[in-house]
Amino acid sequence: MSVPEMFSYIQGFLSADQEIREDIRKVVQVLEQTAREILTLLQSVHQPTGFKEIPSKCQKARELFCTVRTHLGELKTKFPVDQYYRFHEHWRFVLQRLAFLAAFVVYLESESLVTREEVAQILGIEVVREKGFHLDVEDYLAGVLIMASELSRLAVNSVTAGDYNRPLRISNFINELDSGFRLLNLKNDPLRKRYDGLKYDVKKIEEVVYDLSIRGLAKEQEAGGDK
Amino acid sequence: MSSSVISLSSGEGYPRRMKTSQKTDDRDTGDNLTSPVMSAFKVFQQELDTKHDKHERLVKLSRDITIESKRTIFLLHRVTSVPDVEEVLTEADLKLDGVRLNIRMIAEELRGEDLNQFHRAFTPGIQEYVEAVSFHHFIRHRTLISLEEINTKLVFIKEPEDTPEGQQPMGTPQVLTFQVTPTDYLLGVADLTGELMRMCISSVGNGDMDTPFQVSMFLRQIHDGFSYIGNTGPYEVSKKLHTLRQSLSKVEDACYTLKVRGSEIPKHMLADVFSSRTAMMDQDEGVA
Repeated sequence: MSVPEMFSYIQGFLSADQEIREDIRKVVQVLEQTAREILTLLQSVHQPTGFKEIPSKCQKARELFCTVRTHLGELKTKFPVDQYYRFHEHWRFVLQRLAFLAAFVVYLESESLVTREEVAQILGIEVVREKGFHLDVEDYLAGVLIMASELSRLAVNSVTAGDYNRPLRISNFINELDSGFRLLNLKNDPLRKRYDGLKYDVKKIEEVVYDLSIRGLAKEQEAGGDK
Repeated sequence: MSSSVISLSSGEGYPRRMKTSQKTDDRDTGDNLTSPVMSAFKVFQQELDTKHDKHERLVKLSRDITIESKRTIFLLHRVTSVPDVEEVLTEADLKLDGVRLNIRMIAEELRGEDLNQFHRAFTPGIQEYVEAVSFHHFIRHRTLISLEEINTKLVFIKEPEDTPEGQQPMGTPQVLTFQVTPTDYLLGVADLTGELMRMCISSVGNGDMDTPFQVSMFLRQIHDGFSYIGNTGPYEVSKKLHTLRQSLSKVEDACYTLKVRGSEIPKHMLADVFSSRTAMMDQDEGVA
């Protein structure tokens, strides 16, 4: 094979690669749009009036996840099945956002930590790499960490809205999450950087809990119910 | 609880105290160890550790490949100064066989995995190997080794009895392959040009009048190839294109000098002309 032949072969490979990436980018853009819609929808839980609407908002979010599943299904067809990690960078960000949104919805519904399997199910993708388009464990964990900072906001805002009990429950939840993350031996990677932010969320929630308990507000509600 | 009273009077610093007091009272960590969250995280811990370990092993293998490939390249540079070229080539071949054993280990690590997931871990080693093997090929055949030729050398036949994990069914010998990606190939070839430039200059120093012209022809072809790919390739390629231009102009200048002054200077003195010229150029490079 002569030198020019070799280079035109490589060039062919490179432009095929470019085309695939272009296709992926288009689908990812749509996914990002839907993810933003879900986020906007869920942001209303921070409003004083939003607390009562949590179930209906979650219901709506679940409906939007149907669209997400369709787009993810489309994304799967854009590249060879066994080359997930070659193009991983393209959808990594949006997938973490979606994992966060799924985790947030599940938390709002049941106040429990979403499992990786549940997220995969909500997004209509797999857990194990061998089965196809899957949710990488690091992306799942990153999504959970984004949720943690959202919850610290929620703790503050629920106090403003007069719900003094929720911060305590959030605090319990975050503390458990924190001790879970302590089990992991993280390398110096993006996930580690995200995790380093968790302590500020923990701190913030603890401050809220402190403010409530020092004034006896938390107990009051337990005894007297809604005020 | 007394701690919160103290912190209240001191006014600041209560968050830290709060954290410690919470850890000790009702938020019992002992109970947490059996919770579903904790057991889920134990699974994640294992998964992440396995992944990191594999990554580390691959990085180490890659480093070994780099070192051994670099040594092979040094060895190959001796062809300009020894009478028996074939001997050096055979020795280099043996060294490359050793490198291929390492690549085989990478292939074993990657069996059943997605090559792209760990690509970053071993790409430097593979590029260095491409450089060494293409240099070897050029010295012997004066042509560019193709990606296919490289990959056919990286097909390993695995005898059934030495399956280390024992997960695979016994019986027919397994074929283990390693595929160099076109990008790694391209980057390896880009590095090759630097070696060729060095070889060209030192062969002039030894009175070899043909090699410089062959190398310059060859480099020009590669340069044309890279220009053809241009900016469509990965980011690293465009970076290396600059170095390639420098190497090419050094070789072209050398050929020019050889042509112009070759007729008037005796061969043994040409060596001096070139060693001083290259010294000057190296200085240039240092400044730039």
